[in-house]
Amino acid sequence: MIHSLKYFNQNKSLKYHLPDKTGHFGPYGGTYVPETLFSVLQELTQEYRKARTDPKFKSELNSLLCEYAGRPTPLYFASRLSSFLGNIKIYLKREDLLHTGAHKINNALGQILLARRMRKNRVIAETGAGQHGVATATVAARFGMECVIYMGATDMQRQALNVSRMRLLGAKVIPVTAGQATLKEAINEAMRDWVTNVRTTHYILGSALGAHPYPMIVRDFHRIIGIETLRQIKKREKRLPDFLVACVGGGSNAIGFFHPFLKFPSIQLIGVEAGGTKISPGFHAARFQGGKLGILHGTKTWLLANDDGQIQLTHSVSAGLDYAAIGPEHSFLRDLGKTHYDYVTDDEALEAFHLLSKLEGIIPALESAHAVAWIIKNAKNLPQNSLVIANLSGRGDKDVQQAAEILGF
Amino acid sequence: MYKGNKQQGKKQGRIERKFEELRESGQSALVVYITGGDPDVKRSFAVAGAVEEAGGDILELGIPFSDPLADGPVIQAASTRALRAGTTVELLLEGLREFRRHSEIPVVLFTYLNPIFVYGMERFFMDAEEAGADGVLILDLPPEEERQMGGELRFGGLRRIRLVAPTTTEERIKRICQKADGFVYYVSREGVTGEREDLAAGLGERISLLKQYARVPICVGFGISSSEQVAAVARVADGVVVGSAVVRRVEEFGCSTNLEGEIRKFITPLAKAAHEKSF
Repeated sequence: MIHSLKYFNQNKSLKYHLPDKTGHFGPYGGTYVPETLFSVLQELTQEYRKARTDPKFKSELNSLLCEYAGRPTPLYFASRLSSFLGNIKIYLKREDLLHTGAHKINNALGQILLARRMRKNRVIAETGAGQHGVATATVAARFGMECVIYMGATDMQRQALNVSRMRLLGAKVIPVTAGQATLKEAINEAMRDWVTNVRTTHYILGSALGAHPYPMIVRDFHRIIGIETLRQIKKREKRLPDFLVACVGGGSNAIGFFHPFLKFPSIQLIGVEAGGTKISPGFHAARFQGGKLGILHGTKTWLLANDDGQIQLTHSVSAGLDYAAIGPEHSFLRDLGKTHYDYVTDDEALEAFHLLSKLEGIIPALESAHAVAWIIKNAKNLPQNSLVIANLSGRGDKDVQQAAEILGF
Repeated sequence: MYKGNKQQGKKQGRIERKFEELRESGQSALVVYITGGDPDVKRSFAVAGAVEEAGGDILELGIPFSDPLADGPVIQAASTRALRAGTTVELLLEGLREFRRHSEIPVVLFTYLNPIFVYGMERFFMDAEEAGADGVLILDLPPEEERQMGGELRFGGLRRIRLVAPTTTEERIKRICQKADGFVYYVSREGVTGEREDLAAGLGERISLLKQYARVPICVGFGISSSEQVAAVARVADGVVVGSAVVRRVEEFGCSTNLEGEIRKFITPLAKAAHEKSF
């Protein structure tokens, strides 16, 4: 289950400053895009580097994060879940309490400020579960920008509430019917729009994937999750946690949560992929179970493809994890043994969704329920009194209808 | 400007011979894109044969990919048809080998990176050359990443066709053009592939800029579908690429017994328009 720690222990002195200048995380990442986008990505990289050291940018983003989005989010001790499982202490990082209901707003706010700096007045985004679409539509409304969201038709059906929210916020939601009509196809369509309108439009990519500089930008805007968690757990428990657990689709909530903890080799960082109904092609979205190295959407990383290089169909009960590639930095951190990846199935996630609702009065997003499910599933194998923190990346209002149909309540 | 100088260190191949031949008679090349395996592998090479018979000068053979994010709806649909018909890289190369036995049209393989990355890059270049391909254009592999891929990739005798876009900076144009091989493909507009009514504004100036740096011919593509457009582009460029308009005919007549006849009927006036250039 857990990837070997050997490599990391031999490289304790390894300094971690990635991506490198060319946008790579070791052999992963990069800028594998059609020529039309190359210069635009370079411009975005330069603008971001300038913004990052600009005190005005930082203070504007900080005040938006606090006053508009509702940061810092609480670190909550899940006492009933902990006693239910018996031997471990579980905390939840409550990103679900943020404005719009998920961590996605952290990145959307950062990127809309970048768009404004680049004098682009139109923003586009892809969305799977709809959380990133809602976050983008929200910041576009807040900054008075035109907003177009691409969403797979299948996802629009299973996340109907979020579609209405985006439309209410003034965004145009365009259904994508190609392929299996989920997140991958939505990204294809957003990239086609971007290639066409590149001079006026900024693409607010919503996960830590795609071409450089996106994996870096999205990670940096979500690092606040880990930074706050570290401060909060030290204050509360006077010690470091033993395990951090987060779900991984593209991997934005996980990378932001893990990143500030990479310097502590004693902490196990666990990413949980979507195991779907079974680990067999077309029935899951766990890239480290049967995936291979490849290139999709501008980045080199682990993905699900057949032997002829065609991207495979994926399945997950949660739209936000239903994607064929994992963010490139996750692939590299796994190679280094700094993070570990496992999966849980649809059923296990649904059970966790139900259990957390009943025990703690917290309805998690089905995506985040995967992290909780991993803890429930593995609790008895964890050392006595382990301190475990799950990132509750989003709330489950959007999933209630779907879960009710499946679970029959 | 391109004056037909031979590639240094590489023997003259079909692509160079074709451009030299056209240059001598003051003509531009008609480059025709079709999706390999659409409607199936066998018939896609029948279409290729029809393109050659009707006066097409260079064939761009697309390798279908599940996620063609630089392509518009017409070529996306063609890729889906090809994959549904069971097309694989291996089957396409096998079809090309067969096609080569009776055709001398230069063939450039047009592909996204993942299918050939999974196939094995150098193995692909070797097999493609052996099957009779003359060049390769990898849509999502910019020169910067090519360097990253384990140092120098060995392309063998394949010409590495490179793209330049309207958003490419002059400094990059310079670097890309200096390394260009076979010909430079200028993407005449921002956007995905597909037919457009108008020609991109400022095309002439961009081509002049490219010609300052390129030692190889310059072909222009994206959005070109009519004889008038072909003639207009042929006045400023060494070659004109027509893609979606042809693929749309394959879609329309794919089930017809006269598929090849329809393709010939469509290509003939386009080839005439490309070849009418005189100076």
